[in-house]
Amino acid sequence: MTMVQHISPAQLAKPTNPPRAGLPASLYGRLFIALTAVLLVAPLALYPMFLMTLLCFALFACAFNLLLGYGGLLSFGHAVYFGMAAYVTGHAAKVWGLGPELSVLLGALTGAGLGLAFGALAIRRQGIYFSMITLALAQMAFFFCLQATFTHGEDGIQAIPRGHLFGLIDLSDDRVLYYVVLAVFLAGLLGIFRIIHSPFGQVLKAIRENEPRAISLGYNAQRYKLAVFVLSSTIAGVAGGMKALVFQLATLTDVHWTMSGEVVLMTLVGGMGTVFGPIVGAAVIVTMQNYLAHLGAWVTVVQGAIFVACVLLFREGIVGVIARHLRWRL
Amino acid sequence: MPEDYILATEGLSKSFGGFNAVTDVDLKVRRGAIHALIGPNGAGKTTCFNLLTKFLVPTAGRIQYNGRDITRVSSAGIAQFGLVRSFQISAVFPHLTVLENVRVALQRQRGFSFDFWRSEKVLRGYDARALELLDEVGLAGDADRNASELSYGRKRALELATTLALEPDMMLLDEPMAGMGHEDIDRISTLIRKAAAGRTVLMVEHNLSVVANLCDRITVLARGRILAEGDYATVSGDPRVIEAYIGAGHA
Repeated sequence: MTMVQHISPAQLAKPTNPPRAGLPASLYGRLFIALTAVLLVAPLALYPMFLMTLLCFALFACAFNLLLGYGGLLSFGHAVYFGMAAYVTGHAAKVWGLGPELSVLLGALTGAGLGLAFGALAIRRQGIYFSMITLALAQMAFFFCLQATFTHGEDGIQAIPRGHLFGLIDLSDDRVLYYVVLAVFLAGLLGIFRIIHSPFGQVLKAIRENEPRAISLGYNAQRYKLAVFVLSSTIAGVAGGMKALVFQLATLTDVHWTMSGEVVLMTLVGGMGTVFGPIVGAAVIVTMQNYLAHLGAWVTVVQGAIFVACVLLFREGIVGVIARHLRWRL
Repeated sequence: MPEDYILATEGLSKSFGGFNAVTDVDLKVRRGAIHALIGPNGAGKTTCFNLLTKFLVPTAGRIQYNGRDITRVSSAGIAQFGLVRSFQISAVFPHLTVLENVRVALQRQRGFSFDFWRSEKVLRGYDARALELLDEVGLAGDADRNASELSYGRKRALELATTLALEPDMMLLDEPMAGMGHEDIDRISTLIRKAAAGRTVLMVEHNLSVVANLCDRITVLARGRILAEGDYATVSGDPRVIEAYIGAGHA
């Protein structure tokens, strides 16, 4: 046990104008309903493929934010849980011929299992060392994926069948799949919201705010950190599994460290430690990648510029800044 | 008649590399006492404190608490036995509300709260008790504010309320008056005296007038060893103590 008070990422971006406490909980409810309504009619205006990409990454970013924003843990290898789940889902659907629901479930379990193993190693260290260990483990997993036969190396798993949901609903139609992805996304978002606002979430926030104090109150901080790590990696696994079905593809890109970086970017741009921030962040990044695709490699440069601007000008992220001005907790 | 000690150490030692920060300390704290651990800078007070609260592992020696050997118990573990510490830097949870700060401690009664699937509404049952504790330290009016908005003295009061929420048998206070103005010192002294009813308190403190007013028994550490022990009159008259404190603010 060390007495050194490490500075958690959550502490780096402390709002200077703290939100009012004791806000109407119905605010979240209304925003959630509004978000649902928008997403229900969104396919009328936007391509389902684009929307599904957005939702998969938004869920991934929300899962990551659960760990960073509420657990105060900066994992720099979250692509592993996302990408490995994509591979397992793809393999299950294509080679084993399982249905989409079982395939995604296996993906989620992959995220959970890897999260348990990697998390147990990484939480032994704090701050930057924690991040370095998650990155190192993720790189090991990347090279495993590069060499393993079932991942098909550079080719990845292609033409993954979407199958029939519960053996009934044909998912080959993008518009049908969109509503399935939307349902999973909303369920994931509600799940995360519940975790944050649970007795467990309270202890978790206490540990993020002041770990030695939480320990002195009798809470075993390591166990809570591991629990939130596993919850986060499980949801990241769900996102990865859905992504494999949407694109019918699972490749090395999904497990590469740049993917880990991207999810950090989405979360920070949107607003870490806010419920809706990562969704906004994912929307910004995915939109840029889609509509600026003709710029080629310049997309990365634009992304980098946005990230720099974000860190310099509004460290709380888009939703964080809005929340600060309205003095709301979003 | 044998004395009733709630906390007793035997040959407690800690060295960092070759440096002996604490050597062979036999500290005995009587049940119900307000006991102070004082000493000039570098005397090993904080190290000693961190050994007792299990934030450091002793190189040698044993620690007995309530007749139980706690030398190998974790820092979260001793809190479960009713031995709760405070910190030198005010230890609140800044972005939780004042009420939530206390409630996190009260929440311990329901176990470890790994239930992430339940709504935090189940915690509302603790609100009344939390408000009661806040009222005792004069913070009931601030219950809905973020703890980060409180003044330093009020944060310390909140910290005390949080500690009391655990109903500890013994409190270990690490320089409770550090960095405080006169008014706050009086306020916190009163609170500590009130909180100490039916409890044992061991505190590390620099402010000798506080120690003189508040504490029944004083142990003076110097260079990692116990130099003297007794009530304030005995200790302050001890020539060795005066020598150790020369130039270090002995009143």
